Amino acid sequence: MGRLIWQEAKVVEVRPETARVASLVLDVPAWAGHRAGQHVDVRLTAEDGYQAQRSYSIASAPSSPLTLTVERIEDGEVSPYLVGELRAGDTFELRGPIGGYFVWDADGARAAVPLLLVAGGSGVVPLAAMVRHRVAAGSATPVRLVYSSRSIDDVIYRDELDGLAATGDGVEVIHTLTRSQPPGWTGYARRIDATLLAEVAWPATAAAAAFVCGPTRFVETVAAGLLGLGYEPGRIRTERFGPTGG
Amino acid sequence: MVVSRGFQGRRRSGGEPGRVPPGQYLVDDFPVLTAGPTPSTPLDEWTLTVTGAVDEPRRWTWGEFLALPSETFTTDIHCVTKWSKLGTEWEGVPLDVLLDGIDTSAEFVIASSDGGYTTNLPVEDVLDGKAWVAFSYEGEPLEEEHGGPARLLVPHLYLWKSAKWVRNLELVEEDEPGFWESLGYHNRGDPWQEERYWGD
Repeated sequence: MGRLIWQEAKVVEVRPETARVASLVLDVPAWAGHRAGQHVDVRLTAEDGYQAQRSYSIASAPSSPLTLTVERIEDGEVSPYLVGELRAGDTFELRGPIGGYFVWDADGARAAVPLLLVAGGSGVVPLAAMVRHRVAAGSATPVRLVYSSRSIDDVIYRDELDGLAATGDGVEVIHTLTRSQPPGWTGYARRIDATLLAEVAWPATAAAAAFVCGPTRFVETVAAGLLGLGYEPGRIRTERFGPTGG
Repeated sequence: MVVSRGFQGRRRSGGEPGRVPPGQYLVDDFPVLTAGPTPSTPLDEWTLTVTGAVDEPRRWTWGEFLALPSETFTTDIHCVTKWSKLGTEWEGVPLDVLLDGIDTSAEFVIASSDGGYTTNLPVEDVLDGKAWVAFSYEGEPLEEEHGGPARLLVPHLYLWKSAKWVRNLELVEEDEPGFWESLGYHNRGDPWQEERYWGD
């Protein structure tokens, strides 16, 4: 891997996902490709040269145009610009891809075992990249995505994920809505806990590869829950974030 | 320079000039970043060891470790994921104490942790009051999610060098990239040089 240089990214499309979340489809001419689960550094520059950097997960499969999904943090410095201000045709700088651990490859050793993805809120973004990669690559690896959102309106990629699950092609999506549920909701309606995991996670004997992404408390709970189910620590990979100045 | 149309930024006031490295922003909370589950070792099974290119390996139990001369210090910390936190207060045993009197030709140290994490550092980056094995944060025992019961703290380098849950310091003559250093992150990680990734 060579030096990660700053590259100019042109916004092709800003796609609203929820009231607070948008996907940025980008054109980065010299992009060298990425692996599902990686992230990029974004750098914004003001007229007077002031700069701010943040990291964002890549949402797209390696075979698709580079797409970031960003959640607007109300008191944040960068995300309100990316979600509220940016338009098609605008440019900003990014460099990457970054991170070689929280990744899943459809032709890698970890594709031979079932995949367990556990997402809290916008932690679904790098996990969606893995699902998209698995589908685009025609992989037969069974996938379970356990996805915790506050309400049905906060579910990112909802139509796409539920559509994939409906094909019966080995992608299962299990939602839980922690704050409010629509009338007639039959899914889970509480925070992910050890009991919930025991009901929906692959058994430890399946030797699944687990990826967990969400806020710190969420990741701590899920990782501890999976250890309790007998998952080997080395099979649990985590990515944690909090709404910190983003 | 690529100017981002309409981007103003939020120049945070109150920060002392020269205290925040390039590309970093200030936070008030203490984010947690870890590649895997938080390990948990009972204190009666915990030991800290110094091994490798030394005549006599050293080993401390938890009680022996706490009996070593410690220091309370206040420092700024910088994470490669861009956040910096100013004025954090810690208590820990300086590596000058842990490595005191060791006769070695080693120029590097590999820190290893519960859970299998490793990171590599030049010996000169951990001596002369620059590194500690910390066991207290803001006057309280160090929480597990922040590396408790004890973590390496090398605040002049990006925080991934400050291995959480540290258990062993191996002195080696040849440098050997650790966990993140093998996965694209810079071998030294000086925030003031913005040494984030390979080639920076």
